[in-house]
Amino acid sequence: MRVAGRGIVDRSTPVGFSFDGKEFTGFAGDTLASALLASGQRLIGRSFKYHRPRGVLTAGSEEPNALVTTGRDTDRTPNVRATVQEIYDGLEAQSQNAWPSLGFDALAVNDLLSPFLGAGFYYKTFMWPVKFWEKLYEPLIRRAAGLGALSGAPDLAPREKAYAFCDLLVIGSGPAGLAAALLAGRAGADVILAEEDSVFGGRLNGEALQIDGQPGRDWAAAVLAELQSLPNVRLMRRTTVTGAYDQGTYAALERVNLHRTPPGDAPIECFWRIVAKRAILAAGAQERMIAFRNNDRPGIMQASAVRSYLHRFGAVAGARVAVFGNNDDAHRTAHDLAAAGLTVTALIDTRPDAVVEGPFPIFRGAEVINTAGRTGLHGLSLRHAGGKADIEADCLAVSGGWNPNLALTCHHNGRPVWDEKIAAFVPRPGSVPGLEAAGAALGVFSTRGALDSGANCAKTALQALGFKCPSWEPPEAEEAEPGITAHWAVPGPGRAWLDMQNDVTVKDVKRAAQEGFSSVEHMKRYTTQGMATDQGKTSNVSALAILADTTGNGIPATGTTTYRPPFTPVSIGAMGAGGWGMGFAPQRFTTSHAASVDRDAPMVEVGLWYRPSYFPRTGESSWRESCDREVTMVRETVGVCDVSTLGKIDIQGKDAAEFLDFVYTNTFSTLPVGKCRYGLMLREDGFVMDDGTSARLGPEHFVMTTTTAAAGPVMKHLEFVRQAFRPGKDIRLISVTEHWAQFSVAGPKSRELVNAVLDKPIDDDGFPFMACGAVSVAGTPGRLFRISFSGERAYEIAVPARYGDSLYRLLVAQAEALGGGPYGMEALNVLRIEKGFITHAEIDGRTTAFDLGLQGMISKKKDCIGKTLSARPGLMEDREEMVGLKPVGGVMQLTAGAHLFAATDKPLRQNVQGHVTSACHSPTLGHPLALAFLRNGRARHGETVKMVDHLRKIETLCEVTHPVFFDPEGGRAR
Amino acid sequence: MRIPCPLCGPRDLREFSYRGHAVGLDRPAPDAGETAWDEFVYLRENPAGPTQDLWYHEAGCGAWLVVERNTVTHEITGARLASEAAS
Amino acid sequence: MSRLIARAPAEGLTPLDADGTTLIELPMEPITAISPFAGQEKAVNAALKPLGLRFPKPGQSLARGKARILWTGQDQAFLIGVAPPEIPGAALADQSDGWARLRLTGALAEAALARLVPLDLRTGAFPLDATARSLLNHMPLSVTRTGTDSFDLMVFRSMATTAVHELDVAMRSVAARQDGG
Repeated sequence: MRVAGRGIVDRSTPVGFSFDGKEFTGFAGDTLASALLASGQRLIGRSFKYHRPRGVLTAGSEEPNALVTTGRDTDRTPNVRATVQEIYDGLEAQSQNAWPSLGFDALAVNDLLSPFLGAGFYYKTFMWPVKFWEKLYEPLIRRAAGLGALSGAPDLAPREKAYAFCDLLVIGSGPAGLAAALLAGRAGADVILAEEDSVFGGRLNGEALQIDGQPGRDWAAAVLAELQSLPNVRLMRRTTVTGAYDQGTYAALERVNLHRTPPGDAPIECFWRIVAKRAILAAGAQERMIAFRNNDRPGIMQASAVRSYLHRFGAVAGARVAVFGNNDDAHRTAHDLAAAGLTVTALIDTRPDAVVEGPFPIFRGAEVINTAGRTGLHGLSLRHAGGKADIEADCLAVSGGWNPNLALTCHHNGRPVWDEKIAAFVPRPGSVPGLEAAGAALGVFSTRGALDSGANCAKTALQALGFKCPSWEPPEAEEAEPGITAHWAVPGPGRAWLDMQNDVTVKDVKRAAQEGFSSVEHMKRYTTQGMATDQGKTSNVSALAILADTTGNGIPATGTTTYRPPFTPVSIGAMGAGGWGMGFAPQRFTTSHAASVDRDAPMVEVGLWYRPSYFPRTGESSWRESCDREVTMVRETVGVCDVSTLGKIDIQGKDAAEFLDFVYTNTFSTLPVGKCRYGLMLREDGFVMDDGTSARLGPEHFVMTTTTAAAGPVMKHLEFVRQAFRPGKDIRLISVTEHWAQFSVAGPKSRELVNAVLDKPIDDDGFPFMACGAVSVAGTPGRLFRISFSGERAYEIAVPARYGDSLYRLLVAQAEALGGGPYGMEALNVLRIEKGFITHAEIDGRTTAFDLGLQGMISKKKDCIGKTLSARPGLMEDREEMVGLKPVGGVMQLTAGAHLFAATDKPLRQNVQGHVTSACHSPTLGHPLALAFLRNGRARHGETVKMVDHLRKIETLCEVTHPVFFDPEGGRAR
Repeated sequence: MRIPCPLCGPRDLREFSYRGHAVGLDRPAPDAGETAWDEFVYLRENPAGPTQDLWYHEAGCGAWLVVERNTVTHEITGARLASEAAS
Repeated sequence: MSRLIARAPAEGLTPLDADGTTLIELPMEPITAISPFAGQEKAVNAALKPLGLRFPKPGQSLARGKARILWTGQDQAFLIGVAPPEIPGAALADQSDGWARLRLTGALAEAALARLVPLDLRTGAFPLDATARSLLNHMPLSVTRTGTDSFDLMVFRSMATTAVHELDVAMRSVAARQDGG
């Protein structure tokens, strides 16, 4: 119900929303929880395990009970806290974990079975038979337990990630946070003030407190107005700081548009990485409950939440309210309610010596021992010195004391310290470098204390940052720290709930201790206390205190479990924002991309690059047909292929030649200017890293080619070798991959084609095999390399990338005039397999120069990276060596990845003698071919072995051959 | 995590890639023997406390760095250019 | 013989506008990587002097007339806008075609970049003419502040499509955020 004259919701702006299909009306400024309470809806959901009726427990992000699903169909979000979700016109919310309806839930039968379902029940009961677990128990349990369900459809709502930087991050905007932000803002520091709530002011919005003789929230509004006027202060509301990471990095989740229908392209959430030189944790404290029998009924709430609903929302869960506490805050609740004209049916204080007076029945030294009301509270029983009493109440406000919100101070493994005086853990100073706690987060609960503590933290921070701290005239506010006597649970029969989200009771915690799970970490896992989405915010300290009582170890020795980020749930969508669709990885397009797409070439991803797979022609019905034609085209006339994706590294300096000698196994210092040479590169452990050709453009100028896949790693490797092993030498490296568009022109007619685009024709005398040099290409300065990856006479022609599209189209048109055309990756692969040329299918990180038959390329005259370890035992003998394979039996299929066996061996793991790395159909030779590694293979040419592909169920008898199938003398390329 | 690049200033971890302990700078002579090479390529300490390792400012200035940090506290106490550490 | 036709890296992808903040592709201009060899700073500075420039310090860019030189890494700077002079003591490499150059201008420019670039771009930390190598989401980036609300961005030519797409999303996102709430 609403309370007249209370709250800051805008009663002139009604807002319509639905809950479980029923229409409700609240006001602008309401949360879903406040609007439902105001409408008399106390029952919000069913509990996780026992399907107990539950309502609203809190008024903040720690809420364990009031979880709903918002939205519908494929666009829905489960486990939304009704206490955080603001209402807006059209909001649809559904209760969770109830069937067929919230009021009558079939699985509430679990509650009757509860004597059998306590802590450890699943571990003990569903142990055997083992196969029943997957088939029977788990599906059953999963159906019965749980919270909201995902829709199963991709979540396409726009979210974003963003970076922010500041001098001082202030987390929380209650009195401490506002004081700190104000001082730092006035001092001129760059301040970010992050507030989890939709309004700034923290508890000042939920209390009847006065500051400087005015309502606290008016004081907050004035401070906020000043902060808003400061250009160096950034106010971030609806933003929860969820984690403290290294070197002053904080994560925060901003709920940008979860409180309304998002406009246009606006994100619903933003995941922030905030880098702050200093930070102040002014996140306040959360009130804990006292455990007593049936303390989970809808209508039983934190006392502070009752005050929040009253003062901020003008809402209350019932007309008759009882208050139960172990501290002076409970008195404040009773007085506030009475002042608002509500009936306080009892103030129950566990302390016999509590000093309190008021226009309501007061029970000192008393405890609530049971409650009544199946789907909503209507009464309670209490025990006091004089006996027992039954009290009528629709709402019970409970205060067990306050826990400082210190989670962030523990994210670097810091452990909090027990403070007996306030019966709570407080942050351990210095546990996160640069972060200090202030106000209630530090255990300072009075308003004046919080203001002063915030100001002090600001002073320290400003000093560290080198700012002059402005003077601070502390405003007048109440100074009394509330008195408290710890009281965790009311003894007696029945179930007293601790963790309401995971349905863990006092008895469960005691049982855990009795069964030997007496460490707090073991108790947590055995009972699941604190393991739900609320991370046990309202129950952790009570549970460990009860554990400490049971074991007799005391609270300080028992300690807390580990606090880990995130402080409140963060959607995976927010953390992954910007990383799906095109944001997953950049797409790299060659300059010939459009021309290839124009020719309907299917594109294949090669690393980040997109390359044409083949170029289909009319009448061709499969990729094989196109590929075979392209291979034959290159062998017989001429083909054009974009090879710009290969890494190109420009290497200059007077020490460049020696550098190449050091990174390649073979020698480049002897390479004449105007020539290319094939090079092999090892890792320092002696295995092959990459291969490619390098060209000498000048005495002190080389350009190295790497494979497409290794371009990045090779650059990183070269930079390491240069900086670590050749410091001070004249060697400069820069990638020129992106600057050049480079096309392979391959085939018997390649010179003719090249000459068709060169301004000055070349001949074989001027431009022999492995020559390179500057050329003029249709009026543009370019480069020409006579190198071949197909075994045919071939050139690579390079022009600045702006001309790539134009040159590619020109080359293809001219090639077609000569009976040739473009070829794609499939044909390129067949051409190189026919020639036994290796790629990273062969250089898979486990192969040595010896395996590839290239051990002769390791120069004996000089040192190089990897040389020493390439010669160690085991890398130069009795290895799987590269061979060719061709099928000889009835089965003609060869597949990459298949294993090799002796023809007579069974195809078992222990008999494996090697494997196939590359396979294709060779249109040139008319049968399939493969490259493979076979134990001692070079000595076994001519032998028959058995290829077995266990996955595809293929068994093929093969002849072992030399890996170069076609033109072994290499005459065609020369 | 932020690494203080001597050239670029403190930068986000995502700009860097990791290589391992700074022992990687001490390349033995080719004939230094098996033990020396084994230690250089494979053997690594796993200290709880201060350590020095190699980071590449790949998405930044391209410099290789020797970063001093504490594996227990995560404190980063310094970073210098590998080329200077090596020379 | 036909002449080759030049195409810009982000041809047809720009201009973009989000609530007055714009993204355009800058015209193709000469870009030369200059990498001085050890101890050759003086010779390099002398060679750049006729352009009114010198080799920049880390994080610095200098502009004079059509020419701009920006620090792009350890021992490396890009000279943009003019053909390079003879520079003894340095390795030169033509980078004119390797980069897509974009200019992001407007009130939302800094906020849009904050969605993609892990750099402190506040004016105090990244003032006029400051330059940095960093990332644009997953892409290598060179970013230079060329005005109070203007940034020049350079990404690999091959990644221009993705870069423009990512900037477009970020620009529209921050523009849509302007709508109160």
